[in-house]
Amino acid sequence: MINRRRILSAAALAAGVAIGVAAGLAGAVAQTKPTKVGFVYVGPIGDHGWSYQHHQGLLAVKKEFGDKVETTFVENVPEGPDAERVIDQLAAAGHDLIITTSFGFMNPTVKVAAKYPKIKFEHISGFKQAENVATANIRYYEGRYVAGILAAKASKGGTIGYIGSFPIPEVVMGMNAAFLGAKSVNPNIKMKIIWVSTWFDPGKEADAAKALADQGADIIMQHTDSPAPVKFAEERKLFAIGQASDMKAFGPNAILTSIVNNWNGYYIGRVKAAMDGSWKSGDVWGGFNSGMLDLPSYGPGVAADAKALADAAKAKITSGELHPFTGPLKKQDGSEFLKAGEKIADKDLAGMNFYVEGIDGVLPK
Amino acid sequence: MLFATPFIAFALTLLAGVVLFWLLGKNPAKALMTIFVTPLTSIRGLAELTVKATPLILIATGLAIGFRAGIWNIGAEGQFTIGALTGGSVALWAYPGGGVWLLPLMMSAGALGGIAWAAIPAFLRTRFNTNEILTSLMLVYVAILLLGLLVQGPLRDPQSFNFPESRLFQPAALLPGLIAGTRAHIGFLIAIVVTVLAHILVTRHMLGFVTRVYGDAPHAAAFAGIPERHVVWLCFAISGGLAGLAGVFEAAGPVGQLVPQLPSGYGFSAIIVAFLGRLQPLGILAAGLLLGLTSIGGETAQITMGLPSATTSVFQGLLLFFLLATDVLVTHRIRIGRSMETA
Amino acid sequence: MPFDLIAGILTGLLVAATPLILAALGELVVEKSGVLNLGVEGMMVIGAFAGFAAKVSTGSYLIGFLAAILSAALMGLLFGLLTQVLLSNQVATGLALTLFGLGLSALFGAGYTGQTAGAFPRFDSFGLPGRFFAGVDALMLLVLLLAIGVHLFLERTRGGLILRAVGENHDAAHAIGYPVVRVRLLALAFGGGMAGLGGAYLSLVQTPFWVERMTAGRGWIALALVVFAAWRPFRVLAGAFLFGGISILQLHSQGFGLKIDAQILSMLPYLATIGVLVLISRSGSGLTLKAPQSLGKVFTGSS
Repeated sequence: MINRRRILSAAALAAGVAIGVAAGLAGAVAQTKPTKVGFVYVGPIGDHGWSYQHHQGLLAVKKEFGDKVETTFVENVPEGPDAERVIDQLAAAGHDLIITTSFGFMNPTVKVAAKYPKIKFEHISGFKQAENVATANIRYYEGRYVAGILAAKASKGGTIGYIGSFPIPEVVMGMNAAFLGAKSVNPNIKMKIIWVSTWFDPGKEADAAKALADQGADIIMQHTDSPAPVKFAEERKLFAIGQASDMKAFGPNAILTSIVNNWNGYYIGRVKAAMDGSWKSGDVWGGFNSGMLDLPSYGPGVAADAKALADAAKAKITSGELHPFTGPLKKQDGSEFLKAGEKIADKDLAGMNFYVEGIDGVLPK
Repeated sequence: MLFATPFIAFALTLLAGVVLFWLLGKNPAKALMTIFVTPLTSIRGLAELTVKATPLILIATGLAIGFRAGIWNIGAEGQFTIGALTGGSVALWAYPGGGVWLLPLMMSAGALGGIAWAAIPAFLRTRFNTNEILTSLMLVYVAILLLGLLVQGPLRDPQSFNFPESRLFQPAALLPGLIAGTRAHIGFLIAIVVTVLAHILVTRHMLGFVTRVYGDAPHAAAFAGIPERHVVWLCFAISGGLAGLAGVFEAAGPVGQLVPQLPSGYGFSAIIVAFLGRLQPLGILAAGLLLGLTSIGGETAQITMGLPSATTSVFQGLLLFFLLATDVLVTHRIRIGRSMETA
Repeated sequence: MPFDLIAGILTGLLVAATPLILAALGELVVEKSGVLNLGVEGMMVIGAFAGFAAKVSTGSYLIGFLAAILSAALMGLLFGLLTQVLLSNQVATGLALTLFGLGLSALFGAGYTGQTAGAFPRFDSFGLPGRFFAGVDALMLLVLLLAIGVHLFLERTRGGLILRAVGENHDAAHAIGYPVVRVRLLALAFGGGMAGLGGAYLSLVQTPFWVERMTAGRGWIALALVVFAAWRPFRVLAGAFLFGGISILQLHSQGFGLKIDAQILSMLPYLATIGVLVLISRSGSGLTLKAPQSLGKVFTGSS
C-alpha cells in the first residue's frame, strides 16, 4: 500500500512537473511566436504607385523585425464584395495585424473587425474607427501644394491638367491644394480636371492625359496610381508630377517631382506596438513633418528659382508656419469659406466636397 | 459513359493543373490541396462555399432550361445586376425602417427586375426575330452602366463623402444568416429548393418535355402546335427571374449594400456551370458547388501560396474545355478522314 | 489652337478605334464563314500579353506583333478544333475560351506588370509636318488597308466567294464540294490573329503597359461592332469610331466643363447596336443587310 501511495504521489508529482514544464514551454513558444501581419492591396504591387509604396512598407517591416514577424499580402483585391472575404480569410488564418490600403475597403474592414475583436486592423485613407480599427492617412495636399508651385513655374501655357480618380475629399483637397500652390506663383493659372472613376487603369489614364494635353495643358498631375500619365508626358515633351512613388524612371525629362508616400516608419511603429501590447486605435494624419510624405528630388525641368520657392514652401509647411489652406479663400461658387488668416480645421478638410474659386469644371456630385 | 465524362474532364483538368503549377514554379500537390480540399475542412470554408455557389446555382438552373430549348440567354449578368438594383432600391426606399414584409418584397422586386430586363431580348426575338445572344449581351453593359449611374447619383449614401456606394442596408433588409459567425445565408437553402423544383419541372412537367423537343427538333415542335413565342418568353422569364433573385440575394446578403462592382461575373460563370451540370438541375447543383469551391480555394491559394488570382479562371476554363471535348468524343464517333468529302 | 485640339481629338478617336477595327474585321470574316466566335475577348487579351512579353524580351516590335498574332491564331484554331471538328457547342466553347484567355494571360502576365514596352514610333518622329500626324501610327494605316483587303477578298476573289457560300448554306456548299471545315479553320485562324493584333495594339501602342484584363471588354464590343456594321467591312470602320470614340469624347467633354453623365454616354453604342440588330432582323422588308444564314449552326458534314 505504501508503495502504491508512493507511486501515486510520484506520478502526481511527475504529472505536475510535466504540466508545469509544458505550460512554461507554451508560454515561451507564445512569446517567440512570430507576429503575423497581413496586407491587402487594391492594385498590383507592380503599379509603381500607391500599392507599390505600401509594399515597400511591408518589406521594411520584414527587414526590421526579421524572424519575429511573418508577412502576407494579397494584391489586386477589388473594392467590392470580394474584399470582405479576403480580409476575413486573413483574420481566420490567424493574422495579428491586418492592414487594408484603400478607401473602398472601409466597410469590409469594419465588418470583419467586429467579428474578430482580438485582431488589430489598420485602415488606410478611411474615416471609420473602432476599438480594434485604427485609421491612418497622409497629408498629400501638402505635397500637392508644393507640386503646384513647381507646375506653375514650369508651365508656359498656364494650364495644369489634373487626372482625378473618385471625387472623394482626399482627392478634391489635393486638387485644391495644387491649384492654390500654383496660384501663389501665377495668379492667372488655370486647371482642367478629368475624372476617370478608377484608381488604376493605365489605358484610361493615358487617354485622359492625352485629352488634357490636347486641350492645352502642359503639366499633367494625377491622383491615379499608374505611371501611364507620366510616360505620356515624356513622349509629348510635357511635364508631369509623379504620384505616390518616385516615377522618374518613366519620365526622366518630364518629371518635375514626385509626391512620395512613405509608410515604412508608420508600419514599423504599429507592428512594434502590436508586438509589445501597446497598440491602441486612433487616427494618424501625417504630413511632411512626420516623414510620411516627401518630394525626394527635382527633375531637370525645374529651374533654380522654382526650386528655391518649392524648398521654402516645404520648410514652412513642415515647421507649421504655412498651411496650404489659409484664408482668405472662397469656394468656386463665390461664397467665402476661410477668413483672412484663418486656417482650415482638419474636419472641414476631411469633408471637402467643393472646388476653390478659379478652378474650371463641375465637381461630380 | 455519358455520366463518366464530367469525372474524366475533371481528372484531365487536375492533370493540366499540375502541369500549370509546375510551370509556375509552385508545388502542384500543395496547390491542388489548397484549392480543392482546404475550403472543405473548416466551417468558414464551407460557409463561404455556399455564398459563392448560391448565385451560380440559381442562375444556371434558369439558364439551363432555356439552353435545352436552344434559347441562348447570355445576358444573365445584366439581369442579375438589375435584380440587385430593383431589390436594393426597395431596401433603400424603406430605409431605415422595415419589417417582416421587407425581405419578401425585395425578393419579388429583384425577381421582377430580372424578368423585366430579360423581357427585352425575349420581345426582340419573338417580335423581330433578333438574335438573342447579341441583344442580351449588349444589355449586360447597359445594366452595369445603369447601376454605376444610379449608385453614383440618386442612390448614393449621403454620408459616403462622394464615394460611389449606397447606404449599408438596415438589418431588416439583410438576409438572415444560416451559421452564426459566417456569411452563409438562406439564399443557399432557397437555391436548393429551386433545384428540386426545377428537377421536378424538367423531368415530370410538360415544360421539360417541351423545351427538350424544342431544342432537338424545332420544326417538330412547331408542327405539334407548341408556339415558339411561348417557349421563348417562358425561358427568358424563368432565367431572368432567377438571375434577378440571385442579384438581390448578393446585395442583401454578403455585400449588404449597392456598389458599382456588384456584378462580379456570376452571370457568365453560371453559363459554364450550366454546361458542367449538363443542363440538368441536379448536375448544376454539383457543378455550382464545384465551381464555387475552385473560386474559394483559388483565393486561399492566393493568400497562402502567392498563387495569382487568375489561376481560378484558368482552371474553370480548362474544366469546361475538357468537358466539351470529352462529351463530344463520347457522343460522336470521329471518322478519321472525312469519307463524305467528294473529290 | 482649335486645329491642334481637333487633331488631338481625331487621333484619340483613331487610337481607340484601331484595336476594335482589327478584332472586328477578323470576327467579320469568321462570321461570314458561318461561325460565331464568342472567344474574341480571350484572343485579344492573349495577344496583348504575348505581344508585350515578346517585345519586352526581345526589344523588337515586329516580333512582338508576330507573337501576338500567332498566339491568338492558335487560340482560334483551338476553337475551330473544338467546334468544327469535335462539334462542341459554339456558345459554351467561346465563353470557355474567353475565360481561359483572360486567366492565362493574367497568370503569366503577373510578372510583367509595371514594366513598360517603350514608346511606339509615331509619325511625328519621322519629320512630317503638322500636328495631326503627331498621334498617327503605322497600324492605323494598316487597318484602313485591311478593311479594303477584307472587302476585296470577300467580294472579288474566289476564296471569298467560297467562304461566303459556306457561311450562307454549309450543307449546299459541302454538297458542291467545298471544304467547309478547312475554310472555317482558316477563317478562325485569321480572326484570332486579328484579335491578337488588336490586343497587342493596346499593350504596345496605346498605353504601353501590361495589366491583366486590360482589354476591358473590347472583344465584346468588337462582336457588337460586326453586327452593327451588318457584316460590311467599311461600316466596321465607321462603327469603331462611334464605339471607341464615345469614351474619348466623354473625357474631352469633362475638360470643357460640360456635365454629361459618363455612363449615359457609354450606353449609347450598345443601345445603338440593339437598334441596328432589330432593323436588320426584320428581313423581308427590302433590306439587304442579312446575317450569314449558317451563323452558329452546327455543320455535321454528313449527307
